[in-house]
Amino acid sequence: MPEFMKNALLAVLVISPLFGLLSTMVVQSDLSFFSDALGHSAFTGIAIGVLCRLASPMWAAAALALILAGLFTWVKGRTRLHSDTVIGVFSSTAVALGIFFATLGGGSFAKFNSYLIGDILSVEPAMIALLAAVLLAVALLWLSSFNPILLSSVHPALAASRGVRVGAQEWLFTSAVALAVTLSMTWVGLLVINSLLVLPAAGARNMASNVRQYHLLSVLNALAAGLAGLLASYYLGASTGACITLVLALFFVFSFVGRRHG
Amino acid sequence: MSENLHKHSGEGCKGACCLRVTDLGVSAEGRTILQGIDLHIHCGQIVALIGPNGAGKSTLFKAILGQQPHTGSIQFERSGGKRTRPLVGYVPQSPAFDQGEPVSVLDLFVAAISRWPVFLPIPKALRAKVEECLGRVHGEGLIDQRLGSLSGGELQRVLLALALEPLPHVLILDEPFSGVDVEGELRLLRLLDELRRTFDLSVLLSTHDFSNLGDYADKVVLMKETVLKVGTAQEVMDSPEFAQVFHLRLERG
Repeated sequence: MPEFMKNALLAVLVISPLFGLLSTMVVQSDLSFFSDALGHSAFTGIAIGVLCRLASPMWAAAALALILAGLFTWVKGRTRLHSDTVIGVFSSTAVALGIFFATLGGGSFAKFNSYLIGDILSVEPAMIALLAAVLLAVALLWLSSFNPILLSSVHPALAASRGVRVGAQEWLFTSAVALAVTLSMTWVGLLVINSLLVLPAAGARNMASNVRQYHLLSVLNALAAGLAGLLASYYLGASTGACITLVLALFFVFSFVGRRHG
Repeated sequence: MSENLHKHSGEGCKGACCLRVTDLGVSAEGRTILQGIDLHIHCGQIVALIGPNGAGKSTLFKAILGQQPHTGSIQFERSGGKRTRPLVGYVPQSPAFDQGEPVSVLDLFVAAISRWPVFLPIPKALRAKVEECLGRVHGEGLIDQRLGSLSGGELQRVLLALALEPLPHVLILDEPFSGVDVEGELRLLRLLDELRRTFDLSVLLSTHDFSNLGDYADKVVLMKETVLKVGTAQEVMDSPEFAQVFHLRLERG
């Protein structure tokens, strides 16, 4: 096995459970569209980072995504607009800003293509370590704060009546998603990242009867699709992110056909 | 005996515990939502809060729950006269859950009453504890059901059981009869009656259904921004304040 494949394999083994975990609550909290918006804002962050000639524009993307996650939670808690609408406002503004900065002074859009498609085969050990740190952080967040995050998503008023600070929990979770999205974007690709945040849990939801099954199925789903997708892309010479997503989509179809309930 | 225990004698709560709301006011964005609210609910009493939409019932609930900044005071007075902040159990309006919601009744309880992460296998002792909680509302069999698969009445019982853990001083139910059929309403009322006797709870509920207020409510409170009338169901519904608030034409002569 060539060195780059070993690295890619390691990266998939880290990214898949990370997104499998986050996916459970992204879907549970109706944040599918939000994670999509985050992906777009990450692109804007990279455009800004490139404009400022940062050595790794990824950090500008992470910072911007964190700011947006905070702003989004703040606005959502203070408006009667449906969260879909609020996300739409943020998403379109972020995309426009990104294209504005990317093309400022007549620049070409082409240099950003690698971010859109992503290339997991180019991942380096230092980045895998960083992604592993993110996975560890999310695992710790899950151990310490999963209950209030779940309660807030199931019934905000009930959670609040039991002393949960719903806004703070939402902010914590959206920030975790923001970091995971921006840091893994370069390898997974912006176009595919949202599918990794939605499909594993969407499939698991068709089958699961409780939170434990939901998590197990979502993580296994992501892991199996990650490995199968990586192998498929290696032998077929197609984009890894696209292959992983297609395998996930296939899993969703199976779970939909064999679903246990509505 | 219980008559004596719950009898309201002047200012104090002699011999019984009570929830006392004094001169409560809430305003937001320069608008007055509640003002001069005085309420006095004895343990074991069921009090029905009525009033038109926008009368401030939900805001009052939020204030009692400690989620709404307010003026005035909300205190729980023990039989010895010691005053504390009340411990409140809250039963929200039954929400419609997504059919596919992968959250079971056990998951909801564990997330709400313990720090044990719900996504890990749940210890036997914790499961037994949840079964005990559900037993209070005769819902032991619901423990492994998904929230989305519960009927309206079952969901309400689950939320009620959750509100009783930890055992509160005051139980608040937000519109418990909306969307519930007559039979379901009677079943809930029987359960509330049983619970208030067993645990000596104060029960405060809001409702738009006046048909059998007199059968269960020890006291009815009519409010719109402030308390307009307090009394038995008959007293309140015969009052001019009631007619005015609900724009009823009084037949005269």
